[in-house]
Amino acid sequence: MKYNKFWRDVLLGVENLLLHKLRSFLTMLGVVFGVGSVVAMLSVGEGASKEALEQIRKVGSNNIIITSMKSVEEETETNQRRGPRISIYGLTYKDHERIAQTFPAIKQTVPVKLIREEAHLGERSMEIRIVGTTPAWFTIVRRPLLAGRTLSPSDFEGHSAVAVLTEHGARKLLATKNTIGENVRIGGNNFMIIGIIKSEGGKAADLQLPDQEVDAYIPMNIAKIYYGDITRSSTDSSEMKQVELDQVILEVEDLEDVESVAKGIEVMLERFHAKKDYAMSVPLALLKQAEATKRTFNIVLGSIACISLLVGGIGIMNIMLASVTERTREIGIRRAIGAKRKQIITQFLIETVVLSTLGGIVGLGLGIFIPLVITLTAGMPTVVTPMSVMLPLFISIAIGIVFGLYPAARAAEVDPIIALRHE
Amino acid sequence: MNNDPGLRSNHIMVELDRARKIYPMGSQEVRALDGVSISFREGSFWAIMGPSGSGKSTMMNIIGCLDRLTDGRYLLEGHDVKTLDDDSLSEFRLKHLGFIFQSFNLIPQLTVQRNIELPLYYLGWEAKESEERAIELARRVGLEERLDHRPTELSGGQMQRVAIARALANDPQVLLADEPTGNLDSATGDQILEMLVDLNNQGKTIIMVTHEDHIAAHARSRLHMKDGVIERLEGETDEV
Repeated sequence: MKYNKFWRDVLLGVENLLLHKLRSFLTMLGVVFGVGSVVAMLSVGEGASKEALEQIRKVGSNNIIITSMKSVEEETETNQRRGPRISIYGLTYKDHERIAQTFPAIKQTVPVKLIREEAHLGERSMEIRIVGTTPAWFTIVRRPLLAGRTLSPSDFEGHSAVAVLTEHGARKLLATKNTIGENVRIGGNNFMIIGIIKSEGGKAADLQLPDQEVDAYIPMNIAKIYYGDITRSSTDSSEMKQVELDQVILEVEDLEDVESVAKGIEVMLERFHAKKDYAMSVPLALLKQAEATKRTFNIVLGSIACISLLVGGIGIMNIMLASVTERTREIGIRRAIGAKRKQIITQFLIETVVLSTLGGIVGLGLGIFIPLVITLTAGMPTVVTPMSVMLPLFISIAIGIVFGLYPAARAAEVDPIIALRHE
Repeated sequence: MNNDPGLRSNHIMVELDRARKIYPMGSQEVRALDGVSISFREGSFWAIMGPSGSGKSTMMNIIGCLDRLTDGRYLLEGHDVKTLDDDSLSEFRLKHLGFIFQSFNLIPQLTVQRNIELPLYYLGWEAKESEERAIELARRVGLEERLDHRPTELSGGQMQRVAIARALANDPQVLLADEPTGNLDSATGDQILEMLVDLNNQGKTIIMVTHEDHIAAHARSRLHMKDGVIERLEGETDEV
């Protein structure tokens, strides 16, 4: 029964450690903090990368989003002018065409017109974001279809006034599966509801998602006819804007080409736009940046954790060396009775490993607790994975062995004759 | 004193042959044992006597397999100890020898029971069996009520009885006692000696170091050491 003997040895080790409770506790602290910081670091890192992955899944890692934006110069100019005015800026139909034709690495492009209007369905009304786009939208911004269908090429050919509502918008307008086929009135125009789709909406950290909670997707050509290029900047302002395309979303075939395509578009747009009246968002680049930040963060935290683990290990070694000296006589007695050197080594090693493992377990508790506090107070997501639990436990056992070997070897070298004379 | 010769055999338990032990001490060398030849039969009870520095402790360490000879031969039950490595020496102590020390040498943090069980632990006995053995031994030395006590809660005589129980745990052929009564008052010392005599009568070979004549008088044979050599032998000294 090797198993029984092992646990007897462990129990003996625990008993010996309990003889000096405060000393053992203080010795443990180094490992507690070391392991605690490793676990905390891993969970914070894991949480960040999980969030980043979540973002990229929502936005699409192969996608690039170009958004029309009033240039800085234009912004200051309009602010100084008085009376009604129209700002002309942003991406043009021509830009879209050029982008689609110039880069063979691009799989598909989606032009987007965004208009804010009031929508009415029966008694209900609400402000809605009209997204004039093409069927390709739904292959780039993949969201589950809840009812009906999405836009189809025939809607464009037939210039059909049809709209796909998002789940949130539909709920607020009390549109359901049964309302499909009915008309919704948006900004004075009637659209037939053909489908309801899920939306993500909002921001995912640094990334602007292409869809919002309350969208109505309509065919691009209808949007152009009904609303034109000149629209109000917002529903409650007299300021007008003339923008041909509010967004161009494109999907690159190969992940490796994303950054070079983004670079190419940048160069191309610079040539045709006197002012920088657009912004480009490359989720992949943002992700890479986030990962780089995370890496730096991990290195810094990792070094701190390593140092405290090292300090913890040295603390254990120091105490064990003192303990060996203190127990020279005991070692002598055991050796005289017939204990082999390796049995003495085992005895002391078990004590160190018990100490460091116990420290590791307490540290693990601390390391799980700290991320919890971080999540609750700073809103940073943290994830405790099996890996971030197992690794520190292995580390603490390893510390016990590494820093316990030397004191144990010293114990085994004790000469029983001298030890027994030791008073 | 019960000197029943029937329990002794002609089997030689311990044999030293021109045994020399030389310690370097600075540029000098100390000849702790300087050519000692003696053999102890199975069932004998020897007292090794002599002033300090006479080599009796060294002889004890050699016989106890704690130290090796510089020169000469030491046979324990016919095995030449000189050729054994450290692990085998430990094994030899574990299986063949029991130690009783002047200062008891119990492990303070262990209970009486665990102290007695110590040799069995290293022999790899099961917990249950060693517990039974420890209880039996404690009964033999009259301490079955004290099994859960720590050594510090015992009197000197009780501690030495625990040490005897521990020395007997592995059922050794040879008991080595180094001034076993040195830290005890004379009444308690006599009790301990009585126990040793009993054990000898039961067949154990006992080798005891002492410098007091009245203690040595309990042994069947006496060996006087001086300057690393045997000065004289007394009592039953039937040499072969």
